[in-house]
Amino acid sequence: MSTYMTGDIVAASCRGHPVEGIYITDRDGMAVLKLKSGYNIGVDQETCTLVRRAGDQPIPAVPTVVQDESLPELAIISTGGTIASKIDYRTGAVTSQFTADDILRAVPGLTTVARYRAEMLATILSENMTPSTWQALARAVHAAVTNGAEGVIVTHGTDTMSYSASALSFMLDTPSPVVFVGSQRSADRPSSDNVMNAMCAAAAARSDLGEVAVAMHATTNDDLCAVHRGTRVRKMHTSRRDAFQSHEMAPIATVAYPSLAVDLSPEAVRRGEAEPALHADLEERCGLLSSYPGMPEEAVKVYEDFKGLVIAGTGLGHVGSGCIEALREMIDAGTTVVMTSQCLHGRVCDRVYDTGRDLLAAGVVEGEDMLPETALTKLMWVLGNTADREEARRLMATNLKGEIRRRSDYGF
Amino acid sequence: MDFKALGLKAGIEIHQQLDTEEKLFCHCPTTLRETEEHTGEFVRYLHATVSEMGEVDRAAAEEMMNRRQFHYLTYDTTCLVENDEEPPAPMNPEALEIALQVARTFEMHPVEQVHTMRKLVIDGSNTSGFQRTAMVALAGVLPGDGEVETICLEEEAAQRVEGSTFSLDRLGIPLVEITTSPCMHTPEAVQETAKYIGMVLRSTGQVKRGLGTIRQDVNISIRDGARVEIKGVQELDLIAEVVRREVTRQVNLLAIRDELRARNASVGEVTHDVTALFTDTKSSILKRAKSILAVVLPGFAGLVGREVQPGRRLGTEISDYVKKCGLGGIFHTDELPAYGVTAEEVAALRAHLGVADEDAVILISGSKEKAACGAKQVRHRARLALEGVPEETRKMLDEGNTAYMRPLPGAARMYPETDVLPVTITDEHWAAVRVPELLSDLARRMEDELDLDPAVARQAAYSEHLPLFRMAVQAGIKPNLAARTVLGTLKELSRDGVAVDKIGDQDVLTVLTAVEKGEVAKEVIPDLLTEVAGGKTAAAAVADHAGGVSAEELAEIVEKIVAERIEFVQEKQMRALGPLMGVVMKEVRGKVDGKIVSEALRSEISRVI
Repeated sequence: MSTYMTGDIVAASCRGHPVEGIYITDRDGMAVLKLKSGYNIGVDQETCTLVRRAGDQPIPAVPTVVQDESLPELAIISTGGTIASKIDYRTGAVTSQFTADDILRAVPGLTTVARYRAEMLATILSENMTPSTWQALARAVHAAVTNGAEGVIVTHGTDTMSYSASALSFMLDTPSPVVFVGSQRSADRPSSDNVMNAMCAAAAARSDLGEVAVAMHATTNDDLCAVHRGTRVRKMHTSRRDAFQSHEMAPIATVAYPSLAVDLSPEAVRRGEAEPALHADLEERCGLLSSYPGMPEEAVKVYEDFKGLVIAGTGLGHVGSGCIEALREMIDAGTTVVMTSQCLHGRVCDRVYDTGRDLLAAGVVEGEDMLPETALTKLMWVLGNTADREEARRLMATNLKGEIRRRSDYGF
Repeated sequence: MDFKALGLKAGIEIHQQLDTEEKLFCHCPTTLRETEEHTGEFVRYLHATVSEMGEVDRAAAEEMMNRRQFHYLTYDTTCLVENDEEPPAPMNPEALEIALQVARTFEMHPVEQVHTMRKLVIDGSNTSGFQRTAMVALAGVLPGDGEVETICLEEEAAQRVEGSTFSLDRLGIPLVEITTSPCMHTPEAVQETAKYIGMVLRSTGQVKRGLGTIRQDVNISIRDGARVEIKGVQELDLIAEVVRREVTRQVNLLAIRDELRARNASVGEVTHDVTALFTDTKSSILKRAKSILAVVLPGFAGLVGREVQPGRRLGTEISDYVKKCGLGGIFHTDELPAYGVTAEEVAALRAHLGVADEDAVILISGSKEKAACGAKQVRHRARLALEGVPEETRKMLDEGNTAYMRPLPGAARMYPETDVLPVTITDEHWAAVRVPELLSDLARRMEDELDLDPAVARQAAYSEHLPLFRMAVQAGIKPNLAARTVLGTLKELSRDGVAVDKIGDQDVLTVLTAVEKGEVAKEVIPDLLTEVAGGKTAAAAVADHAGGVSAEELAEIVEKIVAERIEFVQEKQMRALGPLMGVVMKEVRGKVDGKIVSEALRSEISRVI
């Protein structure tokens, strides 16, 4: 622990040359000072002496956000992530606390699209999301929808945004748009995609859409956002702005930027088609296993106490023959096992090769053309809502929220 | 001008591109491309980010007044990092090493833990909206009593193709930025220091050469003036003139201020809409405009038109500020009637506004929004005129004049690059950093060791072909022959349109070795190199010209050529030697040394005359 506090003015020696700066933090045993030029340098802790304490910093005047009361109301539910994160220029520390007001300050244009009611549900990185956060989120969204919000924007870290979007798709029936949005490039950079994504999400949340969706950059350009169905979207790139892609279907809408013109596809579920309903129960003891050549039986048996298991199999939906017996035993003991494909694109068919037929004989459910992650959230929801194994098998093979397509379209 | 009496203080920042394999924060090559070679493009907007204190950097805020869509060109030599679509790679150690070598030369103190920062730049030249930069060392010495304040390692910005279009090939090339203290007091001292630092940088042998690879920013202030940073002075020889002209500008601005104060001048608070006065104007600019606004500057008459630099007036300075709103400029009453605006219109304007003869009026025309922005800028700049010299970042114009770019950025523009880990420079590392031999020392050493003429030694040391020259000498080529070929012949061939970039170092060495061994005459070096540039291998070129002319054969050739031109020889006597040399050399196709040919000719001519 350093004896200095952020903001203290400290004198030190940079290899014999005297320097003075604002103490920022410790970094790997060095004291990080901000020099007058704004540059940070790391100096030997031992050479530091206090010039003066930081004293009480004046609380910065935060500009108030003025909302246009004549505009329709949207709800913003924030869960964390980079869409409104920012940095303290004085200390160089990244702030993790932010309110929806902060989002409006970061993206001032939002106030021209709607007025907002804001709720901060969590400030967590999306890799730390759990099924119970999805449940809390589903309840918050349901409350916003039933309380008259014209649409809901959920700000979310991008890592697991598609899991949350698909989970909410199953947990919620919604007459109004529920739009997930995030940013791939952090909000503290002038080039962040947060501004355009948030503006397009707000436009989508006001539109005629009536389902759970994800709004993100359609391409690397700042000119169009794609709106994806919550059950058919997947993050397909670690860092690009257009990481989110619809699978085996076109996006359900596009939003042009900066005009914010929304173009709904014929397939999009329209506003008002459903009555609001919440079925928030989930069976958390479900797993997702990616098959690979030489995968030993033990890898499967890890899940033997689980209620459900989704396998991302190879090709048409296979695991090595050596794992089939273990799967049979698990299924006999009460685990529901669903087969999807790590190809991501295309439909599972376990009737073509011997291995597939053996899997079917063992009791594995074909997951049709569901994305593996969607199959996982669906399996949690199905097992959370029915105790009947046959009913669970039937539901897993039935399209509920657009996650299964009856036909594999060519050239959408 | 007595610069010392005026209290001139000047410092420089030198930005030098490094010749590294890869860029500073990604693994792309540092190759510049032709824009026609681009393989993709994309568009982006940039947004000024607000600090937690609610502050926006003042330079960034001004840039945002005119929001633009930026267009970027990508290449097969650029990647997602340049596109701002991938986090940066760790800092390039090769670039850091070069910066440390320079730091050692200036006897600086290296930073123990180097932190990469983001410097906010939202003019579109950086896809991210910031330039990554890290302070590597501080407090060094210059000859005389000068001081190097800091050395930073930065990434180069993207090259503007035109308007809002940028080319990403240059983005991310490592730069060292060397900043001196404001320790210089004459224009000449600034130029000399820039020259010296440039020499130190080239001494590393690892910097890029050629136009645009080194840029100087000059910081200038005089007593009662203000710090002004002039960006992008590319020609070293212009630096002193730039300093002189900036001093002139500040002196003139201070004189204008004093005059304004003496007149009790002020800046009108009201913006007048005078669009209606110009409905029938002959001025095409005003006719086109949706909105024409007027700002009254009481007491400014005659001073708006006063020159502050050759060909530039206070009005030009005001106009530069207005351009930030996306407008072309302004009209002011000191220059009217002109540009299609009649004396009657000016009189009507003055009458309408009820202004006196000693008042100036500025007209701003354009769209409603832009004209309103322009009027605000006019008042802003006029108020600054009452204070004297504004702190500004300015850009170079032709011949050493400068124009306003943006306010000097504040400290709010720097924040940490959270995606790059700090780099520790250990004592062992610092102790092991090579100190490059200064080119000035090298020139003196080569003069002694290689027995070269001082001018040739200096030329060799400072040439970008120094490595080839040294290789040749190492290979046993006589220094003078190596110098003449490497520094002279290649340049001459290039001037004559020969594709010298097709001639490899090894080709030059092969040719020079053949000359040194007496296989070919040195007179054919240009021919050989031209053939190599044309696609022949060096060995084949040498073989085609090598050997086969014995002393007897030469005597025969010489005798024949002299006999055929006997009248000419008898008329010119020994003066025929020169013209006949060329004929003989052509006949022997460069296979015999010129000296031998000359002797043979001389004896033959004296035999026949």
